[in-house]
Amino acid sequence: MLRIEDLHVYYGAIHAVKGISIAIPKGGIVTLIGANGAGKSSTIRSIAGLVKNVKGRILYTPPDGTEMNIAGRRPEDMVRLGIAMSPEGRRILPHLTVEENLKLGAYIRTDTDGVERDRDHVYELFPRLKERSWQKGGTLSGGEQQMLAVGRALMSSPHLVMLDEPSLGLAPLLVKEVFDIIGEINAQGKTVLLVEQNAFAALKIASYAYILEVGAIALEGRGEDLLKDPRVKEAYLGG
Amino acid sequence: MNRKTRNLALTGIAIALLAFFIWWAQGNLDGYKIQVTNLVAVNAILALSLNLIYGFTGMFSLGHAGFMALGAYVNALLTLTQDQKTTMWILDPIAWPFSVMHAPFFLSVVCAGLVAAFVALLIAIPVLRLGGDYLGIATLGFAEIIRVVLTNLSSITNGALGIKGIPGHANLWWNYGWFLITLFFMIRLINSNFGSVLKAIRDDEIAAKNMGINTFFYKVVSFTVGAFFAGVGGALMGSLTTTIDPKMFSFALTFNVLMFTVAGGLGSITGSVIGSIVITVLLEWLRIVENPVTIGSFEIPGIPGMRMVLFSLALILIILFRREGIMGMKEITWDGIFDRSKRGGKSE
Repeated sequence: MLRIEDLHVYYGAIHAVKGISIAIPKGGIVTLIGANGAGKSSTIRSIAGLVKNVKGRILYTPPDGTEMNIAGRRPEDMVRLGIAMSPEGRRILPHLTVEENLKLGAYIRTDTDGVERDRDHVYELFPRLKERSWQKGGTLSGGEQQMLAVGRALMSSPHLVMLDEPSLGLAPLLVKEVFDIIGEINAQGKTVLLVEQNAFAALKIASYAYILEVGAIALEGRGEDLLKDPRVKEAYLGG
Repeated sequence: MNRKTRNLALTGIAIALLAFFIWWAQGNLDGYKIQVTNLVAVNAILALSLNLIYGFTGMFSLGHAGFMALGAYVNALLTLTQDQKTTMWILDPIAWPFSVMHAPFFLSVVCAGLVAAFVALLIAIPVLRLGGDYLGIATLGFAEIIRVVLTNLSSITNGALGIKGIPGHANLWWNYGWFLITLFFMIRLINSNFGSVLKAIRDDEIAAKNMGINTFFYKVVSFTVGAFFAGVGGALMGSLTTTIDPKMFSFALTFNVLMFTVAGGLGSITGSVIGSIVITVLLEWLRIVENPVTIGSFEIPGIPGMRMVLFSLALILIILFRREGIMGMKEITWDGIFDRSKRGGKSE
């Protein structure tokens, strides 16, 4: 579904991503893990079109189309192509209601019926959001905001869902809940790209994983293999 | 009776009451009070237009005085007769076609708004790439540029001498008519999808982009529409005072509008209206403190500017104790008044 070839991201003089190549197969869950500053977020943000200075190729194959290079295109183009992102830090619209947040997630869509169906589907996935549909986004708890961010990304009816650190700042029980739902979203046919610092949870759910260190891929493999890898255990899973 | 017809009826009644008040005011209030009532309407238009730009879209713009100046000058040029213009332009004779332009008042105010909107559009494209305080500084600069250009284009604007004897068409009916047009336009806009998108950009521009919104387009439209109503407000103000000159449109004017908007509540339509009423009336009422006072045999002469001191104190208190303004982001709506359990709906 998506292949990245030799991707470089620059912020002024800083070379944040130094030529990484990854592949995301259709229907899979691929995860990028690594410490702060490894380039995970820069990679995902360049796929979303939010980073200006990108070199390399991002090759995207829509379900009913041919492969195209989408590197450097605008964020709205990416959403229209079926790539949605739940950004780091959730970025909920604090003064809009839960319902309005979800509706805006479907901004690019014109099929009102489909949007309503998807909204009901999001409410099924996250019953808490339904209870709070009239509440302002800013009044939700951290976990609820994360659910809203994921739900909002789903509202654009994407083929590829990218989640940037969905477990950030959540209690362990909530982390489990969020990861269960990521699995459910994947089971319902969405391809998922997951960026995480919580290596253990991410590797358990992922079909394939890349470990990033200072802008380059240090290690890659199937999620369950990396979980057993002694190097990974030592560096990311606390021995 | 369902809620929609009820709200429509209530809105009708409110407009009828306002019309009755205007009719009564014209016969019973003295000139000074009528002038203050007029100012309330014009200030409310200005506050609403700035609220669209700053309160609802989150663009900190300090260019309002510039757009008002454009509106006021366009309206003056379009409502004065050819004879009046040729005798008044002393520094340089008035240039054609400005000498012969003429339009009825309504059309003239619309043109005033359109010219302001057009200039805003030109400014918006380079300036709206900036964010936060930088945008404030850049728009402030543009407002000053407009003022300097107006001072120096004396064959069109009569330069620093300004324009006097502008026909005072802007009576209570016109001002409140335009106020209602602005108010209803804003309510419809803010409660539409377009309004939600603007609020999304205000709340988090990156999140908005992330949802596929072309944020730049929406910012440009919001800025331009806001400038249109600033131009309308400027035109009405010029017609109300019948005299304009470039000095009138300094930063202090922008600051006043900012004050109505912030005191009323950024992001609240009701707030802008209430803020304009309260502050306009308060500013006039505070003139008492500038009068000479006699206590026993002591006579304290009036201190000019005292009301601004008190007023600044009031502003400091607002900032300290109620930063979100009178209304915050809340609105007073018919639904809010009559059925508290239900939410949403149309505001008045």
